[in-house]
Amino acid sequence: MRILVCVKRVPLTGGKMVLTDDAQALETRHLGFTISPHEECAVEEAVRIVEAEGGEVVVMTLGPAEAEEQLRDCMAIGADRGILLETQGEEWDAQATAGAIVEALHSEPEPFDLLFFGNESADAGGYQVGIRVAHALGLPIVTGLKKIDLRDGSVRCERDVGGPRDVYEAPLPAVLTVLEGLNLPRYPSVPGRLRAKQKPLSRTAVSPPAAQLEKLRLIVPEGQGKQAEILGNGAAAAPRIVEVLQELGVA
Amino acid sequence: MKVVVIGGGIVGNSLTGWLAELGWTDLVQVDKGPFPNPGGSTGHASNFIFPVDHSKEMTQLTLESMRQYRETGTLHECGGIEVARTEERLEELRRRMASAKSWGVEGCRLVTPAEIKELVPFVDESILLGGFYSPSVAVVDSLRFGTLMRERAQAKGAQILANTEVKGIDVEDGRVRRVRTTRGDFEADVVAIACGVWSPRLAQMAGASIPLTPAVHQMIDVGPVPRFLDSKTAVDYPIVRDMDTNMYERQDGQGLEVGSYAHRPILHDPDEILSIEEAALTPTELPFTQEDFELQLEHGLELVPEILGDESVGIKYAINGLLSLTPDGLPLLGETPEVKGLWSAAAVWVKEGPGVGKSLAEWMVLGEPEIDLQSSDIARFYPEQRTPQHVKGRAAEGFNKTYGIVHPGEQWESNRGVRVSPFYDREQQLGAVFFEAAAWERPHWYEANAPLVEEYGVKPREHEWDARWWSPIINAEHLAMRERAAMFDLTAFCVFDVVGPGALDCVQTVAARQMNVPDGRVIYTPVLAPGGGFKSDLTIMKMADDRFRVVTGGAHGMADMKWFRDHCGPDAWIEDHTSALCTVGLWGPRARDILSSITSDDVSNESFPFATWKTVGVDGLGVLASRISYVGDLGWELYVPFEHGAALWDAVWEAGQPHGVVPAGIGVYGTTGRLEKAYRAFGFELDQDYDVVEADMAWWKVKAEDFVGKDAHLAAREREPAAVCCTLTLTGNTRFPLGREPVVREDGSPLIDAKGRRSYVTSAGMGPSLGKYILMSYLPPGDHGQLYVQYMEELHPVTVEVVGSRPPFDPDNERIRS
Repeated sequence: MRILVCVKRVPLTGGKMVLTDDAQALETRHLGFTISPHEECAVEEAVRIVEAEGGEVVVMTLGPAEAEEQLRDCMAIGADRGILLETQGEEWDAQATAGAIVEALHSEPEPFDLLFFGNESADAGGYQVGIRVAHALGLPIVTGLKKIDLRDGSVRCERDVGGPRDVYEAPLPAVLTVLEGLNLPRYPSVPGRLRAKQKPLSRTAVSPPAAQLEKLRLIVPEGQGKQAEILGNGAAAAPRIVEVLQELGVA
Repeated sequence: MKVVVIGGGIVGNSLTGWLAELGWTDLVQVDKGPFPNPGGSTGHASNFIFPVDHSKEMTQLTLESMRQYRETGTLHECGGIEVARTEERLEELRRRMASAKSWGVEGCRLVTPAEIKELVPFVDESILLGGFYSPSVAVVDSLRFGTLMRERAQAKGAQILANTEVKGIDVEDGRVRRVRTTRGDFEADVVAIACGVWSPRLAQMAGASIPLTPAVHQMIDVGPVPRFLDSKTAVDYPIVRDMDTNMYERQDGQGLEVGSYAHRPILHDPDEILSIEEAALTPTELPFTQEDFELQLEHGLELVPEILGDESVGIKYAINGLLSLTPDGLPLLGETPEVKGLWSAAAVWVKEGPGVGKSLAEWMVLGEPEIDLQSSDIARFYPEQRTPQHVKGRAAEGFNKTYGIVHPGEQWESNRGVRVSPFYDREQQLGAVFFEAAAWERPHWYEANAPLVEEYGVKPREHEWDARWWSPIINAEHLAMRERAAMFDLTAFCVFDVVGPGALDCVQTVAARQMNVPDGRVIYTPVLAPGGGFKSDLTIMKMADDRFRVVTGGAHGMADMKWFRDHCGPDAWIEDHTSALCTVGLWGPRARDILSSITSDDVSNESFPFATWKTVGVDGLGVLASRISYVGDLGWELYVPFEHGAALWDAVWEAGQPHGVVPAGIGVYGTTGRLEKAYRAFGFELDQDYDVVEADMAWWKVKAEDFVGKDAHLAAREREPAAVCCTLTLTGNTRFPLGREPVVREDGSPLIDAKGRRSYVTSAGMGPSLGKYILMSYLPPGDHGQLYVQYMEELHPVTVEVVGSRPPFDPDNERIRS
């Protein structure tokens, strides 16, 4: 099995969002970076499939030079190879991103059996890149997935529709976009981290095409203050706590 | 007394609890974050305590903290091992054994790799040479302890306010007045800043400075560890400090925490720390920088391959944690010199937190802490040491020495050459080897004197550690001084005048000795703490009825100046002359010959007796000559205005040539000269733990006037001392202890006096004129049989030369008084 997983370097924010002075982006000077939880599940799923079936997991990202950090993170949990489509740090819209990915795939020696994407990126939330790539490649695509089972030459996938699930069956090769909850991603081990440093990573400089989407500015919505309800004091609070946990569906 | 404590980490909580305990219950504690974890360094601390430290003060604070944690049920003893991968480290572990014995940390022992394996089975002992095992190493619940302290205070009426941010600190007439917060204003007589990495910001609000820098130390958590799944406690196995790699590994429930002080220093700006809302975790848990931990992954894998090499063990948590670093690695405690009533309680680790809380509370409420905090006194810094450049440079340099092997004489490299005397050029030409004190460059010895080594037959020290930061030239300079004369650069003295109609009152209160003396006298006097121990020792020159000139060693000068300033009434004030005057010291049998050849003033013994000062003319310069001698020989301290310094040096130098004068450094002035005379030094023989009688310095009459510590001092004179400061010697030795080693009996057992204090070497150095190596130590009375100094785990027999202060060299002080 040859599986491609596309990931995006996004900031790890706290509760409060702070914009740059020109309101064009998040202020990320003191923030760490990661890939979105959807993509973490995608990488984990790909690694599990290849562990079972044999093959190769390739992670690809379009981003600045620093995005190598995210590729190495994926390689630390089992991806075999990384491809960095290196930008100058500017933002690319979904159309441009998909175009660059499709272009890069032309340089791949062999086609992929599966192409995983997160359902949407954690920052821009465009929901489009996976779909646009699938369309450009003429491949079937199923989105918003919470479960995947490989069959012989096809894949059976489930999408949560608020209780019951829609079930799809797609022939391979196929594009799948997944949601957090698909699986429980593993943490990297120390040997995994050390191996990741040695795994191959290719860099290709890319330049954005003329922008199709113009961003004016970002706004942080008002009134997202914290609301705290005191459930009780000491042991007497326990019954109400149990209620809340049950309401949240974790107990 | 209205008190506001700002900060709810381990220090703020401990201080709050203890202030209330000592009776200051009109107390408000605020923190901008929630309790129990407001998001500071305490919240993510690893919470383990290794009690043994080479510093007496730090160890005392740690042991007191452990006592408090234990008493509140928040301490879990798990033991700890400092492991050695190198021979050099093994030597350092032997020194840790000595410190453990000197400061009374029980049960420590050196262990073999096989024993390490038995204690910590998941270690690969094949890469180790040995270890230092402290069974009392413990893990504490600092958040729980903090909560108990806050509750104690609340029970006594204190107000504890979480989610309350300080907006400003108002100061009027140099005194703190109120704290303004998001929940209103609080009038305050006393404000304590216990804000960890945010402390500089708070201090700045009040116009004061707290010289620390936030800095990163990395830590990761891995798990689940198969071996830990059936552990009975969160820490079943001893904690391992992998000293040579600047790392530690400790069990944390089902996981293993791996920490590092090995990476490049990563300093942050207090103003740039994220707020609680902006931070992904907490403001002091910063995003992990993977590249800074890469080498540490490998080092960790070498030491604990069973765990870190296990593919099923995942890295679950990794942060760049923020903590506070100071220029000298010591805490910042005490009333700020800039603002009365504003106290600093910053740069303190979980392992000292409770002890610091109690000590600071005692200092604030009772006027004196039980544990001597002179090393941590925030007043100790000169302006040059508060600059961002100095703070960051030294903090960065000190960071990688966290588990380092630091020689007692080791010099800093960063930020040197900040304060130089007018003689600096001359000294450089003479090949001065400069050591730094209080940001001053001071010659420790001069390479130009190298030929003296052969002339006086000085032997080298064989062992590299003993010989480090030392030269046989020092002993040669000493012998040349005793035979002819030597000149010293003493410009690093802190010199300040107490001036005004109330000047006498001030110095009478501060100085133990009688200060109502004729003009022209020089008094060497102890300065006592309220409990009768030493707060300082210094000389005071009576200039006029409204002017007393205080001269004190550079290292302690700023703290001394604050102490005098604090005791100035409304009609007395301080004039700092440190940067206005420079000093040449001239001592030796030929000193009078030299001085009389350049001045027409009468410097004979009859006209210019010992312990007096007068102004003499030298080449048209007015020189204040003070006839005292820390090296125990005939001579003077010669003071001129800074701009005349070079001229004075040259005049003395020229006049001294026919007499064989040599330049001599602090190696002689601070060690060899004074040890032969049994002169005590503050911070070594003299500290708050010992009184004047024990130091055998009570030969003067107690004045009728009141002074700080008088009652305690009179009581000390009434009783037998529990220990006496003695001069011990080693003869024919090939190893040279450097200080703080325990003095023990034949069976290695420590000497402990009636107050529970152990005998240890307070100062060590050669007595070249005696031909013996000198160690000073307090010994309990009685016959202890043959005594030894424990150095590098070897017992070296010592001779008790003198019990008390009688000088081993020139006991009747003929030279000084000649």
